[in-house]
Amino acid sequence: MNLTLKIWRQKNAGTKGKFEKYKLTDISTESSFLEMLDVLNEKLINENQEPIAFDHDCREGICGTCGLYINGRPHGPEKGTTTCQLHMRKFKDGDVITIEPWRAKAFPIVRDLIVDRSAFDLILQAGGYTSVNTGNAPDANSIPIPKLDSDRAFESAACIGCGACVATCKNASAMLFVSAKVSHLALLPQGRIEAAERVQKMVAKMDELGFGNCTNTYACEMECPKNISVSNIARMNREFIKAKIFAEVPTAVETGD
Amino acid sequence: MSLFDSKIPTGPLSEKWTKFKADAKLVNPTNKRKLDVIVIGSGLAGASAAASLGEMGYNVKVFCYQDTPRRAHSIAAQGGINAAKNYQNDGDSVYRLFYDTIKGGDYRAREANVYRLAEVSNNIIDQCVAQGVPFARDYGGLLDNRSFGGAQVSRTFYARGQTGQQLLLGAYGALNRQIAKGTVKVYSRRNLLDIVVIDGKARGVIIRNLITGEIERYFGHAVVIASGGYGNVYYLSTYAMGANSSPAWIAHKKGAWFGNPCYVQIHPTCIPVHGDYQSKLTLMSESLRNDGRIWVPKKMEDVQKLRRKEIKPTQIAEEDRDYYLERRYPAFGNLVPRDVASRAAKERTDSGYGVNDTGLAVYLDFAEAIGRIGKKGVAAKYGNLFQMYEKINDENPYETPMMIYPATHYTMGGLWVDYELMTTIPGLFAAGEANFSDHGANRLGASALMQGLADGYFVLPYTLSNYLADEIYTPRMTTDGEEFEQAERQVKERIEKLMSINGTESVDTFHKRLGKIMWEHCGMARNAQGLKKALEMIPELRKEFWQNVKIPGGSDYFNPEIEKAGYVADFLEIGELIVRDALHREESCGGHFREEYQTQEGEALRNDADFAYVAAWEYKGENKAQELHKEELRYESIELKQRNYK
Repeated sequence: MNLTLKIWRQKNAGTKGKFEKYKLTDISTESSFLEMLDVLNEKLINENQEPIAFDHDCREGICGTCGLYINGRPHGPEKGTTTCQLHMRKFKDGDVITIEPWRAKAFPIVRDLIVDRSAFDLILQAGGYTSVNTGNAPDANSIPIPKLDSDRAFESAACIGCGACVATCKNASAMLFVSAKVSHLALLPQGRIEAAERVQKMVAKMDELGFGNCTNTYACEMECPKNISVSNIARMNREFIKAKIFAEVPTAVETGD
Repeated sequence: MSLFDSKIPTGPLSEKWTKFKADAKLVNPTNKRKLDVIVIGSGLAGASAAASLGEMGYNVKVFCYQDTPRRAHSIAAQGGINAAKNYQNDGDSVYRLFYDTIKGGDYRAREANVYRLAEVSNNIIDQCVAQGVPFARDYGGLLDNRSFGGAQVSRTFYARGQTGQQLLLGAYGALNRQIAKGTVKVYSRRNLLDIVVIDGKARGVIIRNLITGEIERYFGHAVVIASGGYGNVYYLSTYAMGANSSPAWIAHKKGAWFGNPCYVQIHPTCIPVHGDYQSKLTLMSESLRNDGRIWVPKKMEDVQKLRRKEIKPTQIAEEDRDYYLERRYPAFGNLVPRDVASRAAKERTDSGYGVNDTGLAVYLDFAEAIGRIGKKGVAAKYGNLFQMYEKINDENPYETPMMIYPATHYTMGGLWVDYELMTTIPGLFAAGEANFSDHGANRLGASALMQGLADGYFVLPYTLSNYLADEIYTPRMTTDGEEFEQAERQVKERIEKLMSINGTESVDTFHKRLGKIMWEHCGMARNAQGLKKALEMIPELRKEFWQNVKIPGGSDYFNPEIEKAGYVADFLEIGELIVRDALHREESCGGHFREEYQTQEGEALRNDADFAYVAAWEYKGENKAQELHKEELRYESIELKQRNYK
């Protein structure tokens, strides 16, 4: 198949970017979207041009590294699919494909299609864990967990941290990402112990980093490559209110050593 | 045979680790604060080690090439993690897990290390559950298990087909907790370019900041290499695109011996190659062999009709199918170890029975399982894998059998380490896939996650402390000493040299060419003639690379072509060592199958009299052959036998 690509090029965070047009011929419908970009990059290198920088690593849809805004949608047209798992058979011969980076205040551009998502790490550092030192754990079967809770926790924990939810949200809100981690741990007895403190710290960090508010458009759920549900957001809101009303949270940043 | 000290504690096998822990030196809390540890890599081994060391009070610096430690390729491990819990009451025990692992590794692993691994396996599961890892559970709320290759018990804990992801996120959580406390600092989008050795001890690293291109220096009282395996030498593999073995190779060139490089795991169930533009191969978890049955047609006419797309696989009658694993290995059936399953697939496709248009695929069929537990039952167990398969192949595996073929997946070889996971450079440790230690010549499924976390959570905290106890007299050093200066200078020279070549072929082109040589001559089956040919081809290709590689752009900003060029330059050297090792090992064992050494039934034929040793290679300088050292493998509690899965 033959394609026209409009790709965002930007040298670094400090410079202005613009779209460049590229033509590609003879792309196999069996190839993945990123393999199509590999072909383009090989061509650019052979023409003494700099290849397009894009993030990718596992190419199995699990590491969360890749993330392209394709024709106005994060990860492209297919539901529940990361960019690396998108295949060219989903496009037609002669298509014009527009490729942009994630766009959000909290995700500054590094180069071309690559953004800096370290804000996500900072949110998780604020409390996205259980405080248990190595070697402290009781026998794994000492606390039975209802299968339903465990399955739900797994579904929330399946988030890959790609940032599509932020990229698609008109407010650049990170609520789906944050609530997935809050839910995962709040659903398990091991995570309940710190649930009240965790949700408050993570939400505070999220606000501080410049992510927007949730206005319930559900775009994040629509575009999430791992089908993380917005019910996580509802659960996080409940946890947050509950924590504010009932829990006594230490005011200082006390991490318990 | 040059013998050297692997520092295995004396005493009965089952008491060695306990004895080591009892005798190990300790570091008091105030001294821990004064000691710096550098960890290269943030996968299961690196993240778990860094978090645990941070909890203990050491100052830890973690470096990873990804944008965040959570994306290390451990995340892609699908099937599960082994442990000797015996929750299923099916006769499992620490000894049995130990025995299966030694046997699965074709009697080429170190007994004491493997026993320790089996011993700590249970602690890992406890630790992960406490972190909130959502392992699969049954309706009573207790943990569920499934079976993996090479075992007749169900000892594999799993979180659907995403076990690696959940374990890594657990370790990453522990790491985040330490980052928040200030004991651990993470440096992402960084590459290791050199290890600084001062007075014979590892004392720091030279790092390239991938975003700015700047060269940075860091001091450490000890350095841990946890950067994974070297399977990307083969170009097409199930590894991540960025997975590279440069840290291990840099360590090797600094004096760390490299153990058993020829032991490469070719995984039997991956999605077959479909075109020249292909960048990677995708694994279909071994867990699928719990319910999937592997077959090819019995009749050549059916094979030809399939290739011409005149019939569908579902139209081939039951009696015309050759379930070759069940036929050849009735006791283990579809759950034979990976090396055995891969070779059996190769035997069938070499004989002409491959089922797709390239002739390089066999079927993995779920029809029987769907009949037995229903489509819903199959979906609950393997749903995400089926989805992944459908996205890549545009075929519905609920309706037609999957097509699969072996692909490079893991490397059992790696940096040689002693019982304490220390390389031959004092103060330089290696953990997880980056070391050679626990899997012998073949790794069993669900044992990589176990080993990575065992090393990081439960072994290094003790062994590293044992080393660091003597380092309390060494104050933190600045990084402007001569050794740091010189290392930085050399690193910069190499980058300048790469950039100045300005040739005509891209880095990827060289990588693909190397991969082809490796797969053809040093893949699932090897022979002296092919290996000798590869030993001529690789140095030639390397020479051509240094004369003709083309790297566009500059080196003082984000330029992924520079990183790749560095990786491939190293792959071109590692490849040669893999081949050299494969040529010297005149026997077949595990993943290393020499066609000259096989039984009449085509099984691997070991030579215990001459080759029951670890091959540890010492670097001797550029374009010189490495020197071979041999660590004799002494089996005290296991009798060496021909591996039998029949």
